Amino acid sequence: MNLSLRRGIHNREAIAGYLFVAPVYIAFILFTLYPLVKSVIMSFTMVGTEYVGWVGLQNYAAVFKDYAWWPSVKNTIIYSAVVVPAAIFIPFFLAALVRLMTPAAQTIAKSCLYLPQVSSGLVMSLVWFWIYDPFNGLMNYLIGKVGIPPQIWLGDANTALLALILMSVLAGHGSNMLLYLAAMGGIPNTLYEVARLEGANWWQTLHNITWPLLRPTVLYVMIMSIISSFQVFTPAYVMTRGGPGLATSTVVYKIFNDLFTYFSFGIATAEALLLAVVIIGISLIQFRFFASDVEY
Amino acid sequence: MQNKVSDILKKVPAYLLVGIWIVIALTPLLWMVSTSFKGETSLMSTPPKLIPDPFSLENYQKLLEQPVFLWVKNSVFVATIITLEVVIVSSMAGYAFAKLQFPGKNFMFWLLISTMMIPGQVTLAPLYELVMNFGFLDSFKALIFPPMAAVWGTFLLKQFIQTLPSELIDSGRVDGASEWQIFSRIILPVAKPGLAVLGIFTFVAHWNDFMWPLVVLKDQSRYTIQLGLSAFRFEHTTAYGPMMAGATLAALPMVIIFLLLQRYFMEGLTVGALKG
Repeated sequence: MNLSLRRGIHNREAIAGYLFVAPVYIAFILFTLYPLVKSVIMSFTMVGTEYVGWVGLQNYAAVFKDYAWWPSVKNTIIYSAVVVPAAIFIPFFLAALVRLMTPAAQTIAKSCLYLPQVSSGLVMSLVWFWIYDPFNGLMNYLIGKVGIPPQIWLGDANTALLALILMSVLAGHGSNMLLYLAAMGGIPNTLYEVARLEGANWWQTLHNITWPLLRPTVLYVMIMSIISSFQVFTPAYVMTRGGPGLATSTVVYKIFNDLFTYFSFGIATAEALLLAVVIIGISLIQFRFFASDVEY
Repeated sequence: MQNKVSDILKKVPAYLLVGIWIVIALTPLLWMVSTSFKGETSLMSTPPKLIPDPFSLENYQKLLEQPVFLWVKNSVFVATIITLEVVIVSSMAGYAFAKLQFPGKNFMFWLLISTMMIPGQVTLAPLYELVMNFGFLDSFKALIFPPMAAVWGTFLLKQFIQTLPSELIDSGRVDGASEWQIFSRIILPVAKPGLAVLGIFTFVAHWNDFMWPLVVLKDQSRYTIQLGLSAFRFEHTTAYGPMMAGATLAALPMVIIFLLLQRYFMEGLTVGALKG
């Protein structure tokens, strides 16, 4: 090919490239990048729904002094401290166990465990709202079977957050399990054969071979779980409205409330940016400390 | 022979534990369906029964006093439009990022991807302001336009199209096809499995979406099914029967889609984590 023809193709290709990415990119600039920048501006210039000019760190200071902020942070941390480990370990063990089953049984198990995840947060929240009913709820009936007295669950500040946590822990964990299964399938069988020849039992193999080699997947699951659990909203909104009192007010529930109940746009954007900084910070720290290329 | 028996015996605990967890995971859904078919008295019966006795449709009749079919129709409409637009724009951008050379490509892709970790609440207020200024509040436009910034879809399809052989494109060029023809007649047909994965995930995600519709829709006649049920729950706090009928109605289409198209769900999941 001569030079001018090649350059012609390159130009044509470049123009096509820009045209092909244009729809996504224009929308991305309009609906993602611009709002990102705008939210920073809002947090430094808005009081209520008014732009009042530069207010410095006033909104951030107001967040830290807000009586509802720290309880919401605390609730979110407690929630995540239980839900994230559950989302890492439960599907890991499920995957390890499912791998011992026959292919047909594996298929059934995968479907059954994934199925609950296609229903919306709203649907699950309504169902658990009914399960936690103090008078006719399934939960009180079941714990009554093992001798625990009935609880008010969502109506009691001592049990409401626990109820929300329990709902997330007792899920199918199907998608994380499928991620683990896919990664486990990539571990060479020879490693397990060697381990068996050396007399390692199931637990030792799991602990010394599978878990360390699955580190990239564990890292991915961990980051995704932290991101989603730090953003928990729907159950708090639908089941308890953050209550009783502030017992189930989460950070995102508070952001939502500040925006659309109190119309404190400056404060709400400050809160959202604080949340973003924490989430990104945690993710980067995890990348640094846990990420390493696993070689088989 | 003895080996085989002991092999099976060893696996009994695995079946048992997985079985127990399946029961735990499916109980809420089964309980939802079961409750939805119970009459007012059997709803309150102790001990609670899994099989409704007597079997009753009164919850569904009560639910129909709400405009549920309108809500379902709205959900179908919005989720379908979003799915189509996301698949179209993502496949175009994904193809360009995977196979075409243009100045600034790597930076543009990096910029796109780097926003993936930022929680959606950050853009909630400015996006609300934006759709308000566009006059989109309380209309489907507010739901339909923002998802066009399909970052995840672009990423997914770039990963997928990258695995297709570049010779396809070269041979198209040699044959004198235009860039659009190469994309639409050569790339799209072989990228169908990737498009299916993206389409299914997008449809489910937007059928299930709750917070954004809650923010931008006010008029009940434009509610999605999720929003309608949420409103019903706050108007009738203890009407568990109709509430479960509504939840069943909202969950059923997703369950059917999942059961029919399982393999795409399983494929789609692993793309982001393993090849990223």
